[in-house]
Amino acid sequence: MTTTTRPRRAPRPSWLLLIPALGLLAAVLLVPLGQSLLTSVGAPGFTLEHYAALFTDGVTLTVLGRTVATAAIVTAVAFLLGYPYAYLMTRVGPRLRGVLLVIVLIPFWTSVMARNYAWIVLLQRGGPVQSVFEFFGADDIAFQGSVVGVTVAMSQVLLPFMVLPLFSSLGGIDRRLLLAARGLGSSPLVAFWKIYWPLSRGGVVSGLILVFTLSLGFYVTPALLGSPQQSLIAQLLAQRTTQLLDFAGAGALGILVLVITLTLVAWANRFGGTISAIGAAAATDRKEQR
Amino acid sequence: MTALDEHETANPATPTPAPRRPSRRDRGIDPIPWWLIVIGAAVALYFILPTLIVIPLSFSSASAFQFPPQDFSLRWYENFFTDPIWLSSLGNSFLVATLAAIIATVVGTAAAVGLDRLTGRLAAFARTLLMISLVTPAIVVAVAVYIAFLQWHLTGSLFGYVIAHAALGVPFVLVSVTAALGGFDPKLLRASASLGASPLRSFITVTMPLISRGVLTGAIFAFVTSFDEVVIALFLRSPTFQTLPVQMYNSVTFELDPTISASSSLVVVAVTIIFLVPLLIGSRRTKKR
Repeated sequence: MTTTTRPRRAPRPSWLLLIPALGLLAAVLLVPLGQSLLTSVGAPGFTLEHYAALFTDGVTLTVLGRTVATAAIVTAVAFLLGYPYAYLMTRVGPRLRGVLLVIVLIPFWTSVMARNYAWIVLLQRGGPVQSVFEFFGADDIAFQGSVVGVTVAMSQVLLPFMVLPLFSSLGGIDRRLLLAARGLGSSPLVAFWKIYWPLSRGGVVSGLILVFTLSLGFYVTPALLGSPQQSLIAQLLAQRTTQLLDFAGAGALGILVLVITLTLVAWANRFGGTISAIGAAAATDRKEQR
Repeated sequence: MTALDEHETANPATPTPAPRRPSRRDRGIDPIPWWLIVIGAAVALYFILPTLIVIPLSFSSASAFQFPPQDFSLRWYENFFTDPIWLSSLGNSFLVATLAAIIATVVGTAAAVGLDRLTGRLAAFARTLLMISLVTPAIVVAVAVYIAFLQWHLTGSLFGYVIAHAALGVPFVLVSVTAALGGFDPKLLRASASLGASPLRSFITVTMPLISRGVLTGAIFAFVTSFDEVVIALFLRSPTFQTLPVQMYNSVTFELDPTISASSSLVVVAVTIIFLVPLLIGSRRTKKR
């Protein structure tokens, strides 16, 4: 690396360069979150009643369970669709691979509100998706205002976070191992299960954790496509803050969600630099030809 | 440097006889199964479907959300460009995104240059800290920012929007500038220092031109992140100041105003053009050679 060739100079000027960024971060993230934490424990005193209330008020746990279930469904859908797609990406030529990668990145640059609006139109009562299902005889599926609609819309935007780690992990697998297994007489399914699947597990785990984690915090999509009776944790948090003005309760809930998220992310990060991988994938628009 | 240049000229745009590894014989033993292609095509459609329908929707004449559109009209565009609420939201979004991107780029580039020279656990911690907003749930940040900004009287103010969005843009600048610095030879700085240049002058005349692509990419991501941000914006809005995504949110929740279709397709097209900028600059640069 370049850093090793460089003699260590007086570190002060380099640290000074970090101050503006850290200051901005402190003003927008660290201080507000720190305040939430303090409010939630009842500063200037100390109490855990707001945290205890989360587990005893009868609402939070129900909503949290629903959120976890929704996140699990979204993650499963993203995995079932993302794995074959990432695998296909490793099999095609470089030009088609570039096209497939651009398609993966499309949800990233389609505006959040434009995308949600499009899903509302597609999934609404009497909309095109419902008509297609009616044509095949399934005429009582409600898409908008239900978990189904939320799942469809959330899986779509989270799929890139499944496909990108999977692609980087699957791309490193030597396919000749599979051919060797076939040559030794194993069936394709056994060869996949015994050789390919274990080698792909790093990407699978980081993709699963990442999608699950990100889906816990979704606010706009469930608010627009879900039903108010089946609100998720983000909506509960918003409601406690802006409607009930229960800042301490909201603080406790926010800190709980934050801790769950960061723990999961730190865990996923052990399986191969997830944050940096996603950041790099999102920030480089052309280094894909590898 | 030279290796980098070669990589750039080997763009898909120029048909170079690249090493073709998967030869036809390999495919014979190890073909791509048909069902995989079907699944791949279906997933690809799922990826692009919402983006695809946004533009035809905007030319519909129906006054309800409807797809496929029955009739062609420009009335929602006319609405968009004549309604002061939509127009001022658009203007606010541009203003906030531009200022936020400038701040994020300056601050993020400085941090990337600083971190590039630092090693050790503390520097790694600082880098993680600066990246953390990428994985913090937007709603948690939004609620915390809302409560804090209420006390600081920053809700509904341009300044409040700008600093909140600038903080969200920093990780993107950090990542892309760090990547650009990876290909930068520090000996160049020593050379310019030995010729008598001050560190600032070296940075402007030596480092900056070499990492400008990374800086530009970061700035574009910071701009788009702010331009598209809706969760924090929903909490910071006031009757006098709101951004375009907030107005779009209002138009599907309270008013059911199809002007959102015109707004959606304008945003999608604008963002696409913004993302194409660095690609166009890049291809012009390679052509010059």
